[in-house]
Amino acid sequence: MAIFNLNINGKKQQVEVDPATPMLWVLRDHLQLVGTKYGCGIAQCGACTIHLEGQAMRSCQLPVSAVGEQAITTIEGLSEKGDHPVQKAWLEHDVPQCGYCQAGQIMTAAALLNSNPDPSEEEIETAMNGNICRCGTYLRIKAAVKTAAAS
Amino acid sequence: MTLVKTNLNRRSFLKVSALAGGGMMLSFSWLAGCKPSSEEALSLPKEWFDLNSYIKIGDNGLVTLMSPNPEFGSNVKTSMPMILADELDVDWKNVIVKQADFFPERYDRQFTGGSQGIRQGWTPLRTAGATARQMLVNAAAQQWKVSAEEITTEAGMLHHKGSGQQASYGEIASLAATLPVPEEINLKKFDAFHIIGTSRKNVEGQNIVTGKPLFAMDRFQEGMLVAMIAHPPAFGLKVKSVDVAAAKAMPGIRDVFTFQTLSDDYERNGFDTTTFTELVAIVGNTTWEVMNAKKALTVAWEEAADKNVVVKGWNGAESILIPGGIESTEGHKTRMEEMARKTAEVLRKDGDPDAAFKKADKVIERTYTAPYLAHNCMEPRNCFAHVTADKAEIYGPIQAPEFIMQALSARLGLPKEKIQINLARMGGGFGQRAYGHHMVEAAVISQKMNAPIKMIYTREDDMTYGIYRPTYTATYRAALDKDNNLIAFHVKGGGIPEHPVSANRFPAGAVDNYLAEGWKLNSNITIGAFRAPRSNFIGGAEQSFMDEVAELAGKDPIEFRLELLRRAKNNPVGKDNDYDPDRYAGVLQLVREKSQWNEAPSNVHRGVSAYFCHNTYVAEVLDLVIKDNLPVVEKVYAAVDCGIVINPDAARNMGEGGIVDGIGNALFGEMTFVDGVPQKSNFDKYRLIRQKEAPKAIEIHFVQNDLEPTGLGEPLFPPVFAAVANALYKATGKRFYDQPFVNDLQTSEMRM
Repeated sequence: MAIFNLNINGKKQQVEVDPATPMLWVLRDHLQLVGTKYGCGIAQCGACTIHLEGQAMRSCQLPVSAVGEQAITTIEGLSEKGDHPVQKAWLEHDVPQCGYCQAGQIMTAAALLNSNPDPSEEEIETAMNGNICRCGTYLRIKAAVKTAAAS
Repeated sequence: MTLVKTNLNRRSFLKVSALAGGGMMLSFSWLAGCKPSSEEALSLPKEWFDLNSYIKIGDNGLVTLMSPNPEFGSNVKTSMPMILADELDVDWKNVIVKQADFFPERYDRQFTGGSQGIRQGWTPLRTAGATARQMLVNAAAQQWKVSAEEITTEAGMLHHKGSGQQASYGEIASLAATLPVPEEINLKKFDAFHIIGTSRKNVEGQNIVTGKPLFAMDRFQEGMLVAMIAHPPAFGLKVKSVDVAAAKAMPGIRDVFTFQTLSDDYERNGFDTTTFTELVAIVGNTTWEVMNAKKALTVAWEEAADKNVVVKGWNGAESILIPGGIESTEGHKTRMEEMARKTAEVLRKDGDPDAAFKKADKVIERTYTAPYLAHNCMEPRNCFAHVTADKAEIYGPIQAPEFIMQALSARLGLPKEKIQINLARMGGGFGQRAYGHHMVEAAVISQKMNAPIKMIYTREDDMTYGIYRPTYTATYRAALDKDNNLIAFHVKGGGIPEHPVSANRFPAGAVDNYLAEGWKLNSNITIGAFRAPRSNFIGGAEQSFMDEVAELAGKDPIEFRLELLRRAKNNPVGKDNDYDPDRYAGVLQLVREKSQWNEAPSNVHRGVSAYFCHNTYVAEVLDLVIKDNLPVVEKVYAAVDCGIVINPDAARNMGEGGIVDGIGNALFGEMTFVDGVPQKSNFDKYRLIRQKEAPKAIEIHFVQNDLEPTGLGEPLFPPVFAAVANALYKATGKRFYDQPFVNDLQTSEMRM
């Protein structure tokens, strides 16, 4: 066990955990930030995507000991009022079905638009390819990313 | 207007406050988050009045509607309350939707599955809405001393033209709640609907995009422990002995123990699975600690012997053999091929198929196969349970709460009244979450630990637990006369452990000589409902075959089907044909028109398919191009007849999902076994369709009619398999008989 001082959604958070603990479980079990989802545990589905210094990152494979002072953003901190352009676009296109993967999809999309504000169709497909949606909402996801890019 | 007797659905009209357990507790946390619209709406009322189990009206006119069915992504939490709201005549922006928990004494049917939510909820929900509206009208009539017939309602307001009086529902609700439930009420004419048939956003949208805790996986309670289970690594194995010492010594671990989920003499129902009834529980403080301890656990497994269990189904109690032994996919294939050559059970026979095949000008025979499939809901199985000496609270993902209650009661030794099942939003279901074994497991662990626990499956546990879509095969034969008329048709289908044949479906009724046969093999690999059970294989097989028969007959594949449907309408063969030829033909004609079938672009390879199941008719045209040796689905057109469409944009979303899911499973879906061990346990090996492989565009067109609504969760799924196969044939010149098609694609020039 060790103490870690984390910077999550602009707030200092202290946790005492095994240094190997993935950020996913630090967020979910220790900080009750449960918007970040467990899907596979091996960085294959994208449900656990967060931002580390603005970059999309699979939190299931990110040990807390590797985070240091880098800023973490989770779905809860993407915007204060749930009005990030990507979130608004998601609502406009009424994307979700079951909703379980959508926080990860949104975080991946938001990171893409951070680094590439006007992505091509192919760039969107490539960036979003690591996020599985078992309900099959891919077309709406792509349309929402385009809408968010245009806003 | 339709006059209905309210006593048909009497239990729905009991006042919640009159029921055991008292009134519904309303908390501000959900009220804040559940407004369906961001438009300016009413604030919270000081007092709520129950008009019936579904409807509460606040003193300021705000309305709470209870959504009865568990939500797994088909959007019933929006569409079912829309039905209530329309008959109640309220403004949707002043509606709050709340998920009902499992209360069979208050709600008619709390089952999500079989595409039946809207179809079976339609009349009860309309009746509940109309009854509450009538009670408000009657209360206003009493207060204003006018005739109820002279009162009209609109958007949560009551009006009396003659006297010029008006009031909001909120002002009248306290009196209305005391009035007797009308014996009979009139339902609206369809052309008076103002919410039904209009697109309304998902009431949970804002909560989903902001990551609010909606799933059982997200449940947290002070003092809660985390539990995981270890199940046998192979079907046919059971626990021999467990060395708990190492796991128990790991940090944060509270206990490690084996436990029974169901006893061998327990009389099961059809939803109590027989997969693994003895498991190892690992319980600790946090998920990561429990995951680590699970890895340190040493379990010795041994082969299980043959076992008989009693299962009580629709046809009474039956003793079912769970065979011992270790099975593999290779062995399954051999046994299935043997069975396919043997005599099978005749399910339907019209005319003289033998004679017709003998005198045929052309005969074609083809065999189709499909593997087991894992559901792979994005949310792995999990459940929260808090069991104390005299009661149990269970909160988890469950499509069929009613069917797990018996097992919970039997296993916990608590009467059903002492068990409360609360309905979490499900991170996918697809049939798999109809089987509530995870609820029993969580409850048993909680009871043993005497603490609230949240039990979580790892993805690997989830993918290797069983309850798969069965493996199937079907051999089709068709006979054409010299004029290329279909004179005989034969389907012989089998599978493990069930056959996929629905003998009375198309083309039964359209062919003079028809034979349907089925056979099955037993196995210890458990199976369960999977998005359109059986149809999801047989629909694709049949429609692929039809394409080949049409080609042999030299006919356009749509026209060939329409010709058969005309026969089924004008001069049907047999009596029990389970489809309406006109509606079936209607979707084919609509998809032909919308896809401009007769003017297909030259660079596009098209496949068509049509199927009727779960009460809804669907036809699909799939356009495929080859880019860099890679098949790319450019566009899918679907024509759907599901009667009245409640929420068109959400309905399209559901349809798009079914199509994407169908393409994914047709191309990639497969679970295989070696020595009883599932060969895929996570998404690195089990391939699910991803963004790049999804169609570039999907158009869903609904047949406009005034027929009562049917469901959409399943019907768009089965036909896609054939639309993909038929388009791939056009692209490659090769027919695809064995799912997943990626296996055959890899051996060709294509890469996937």
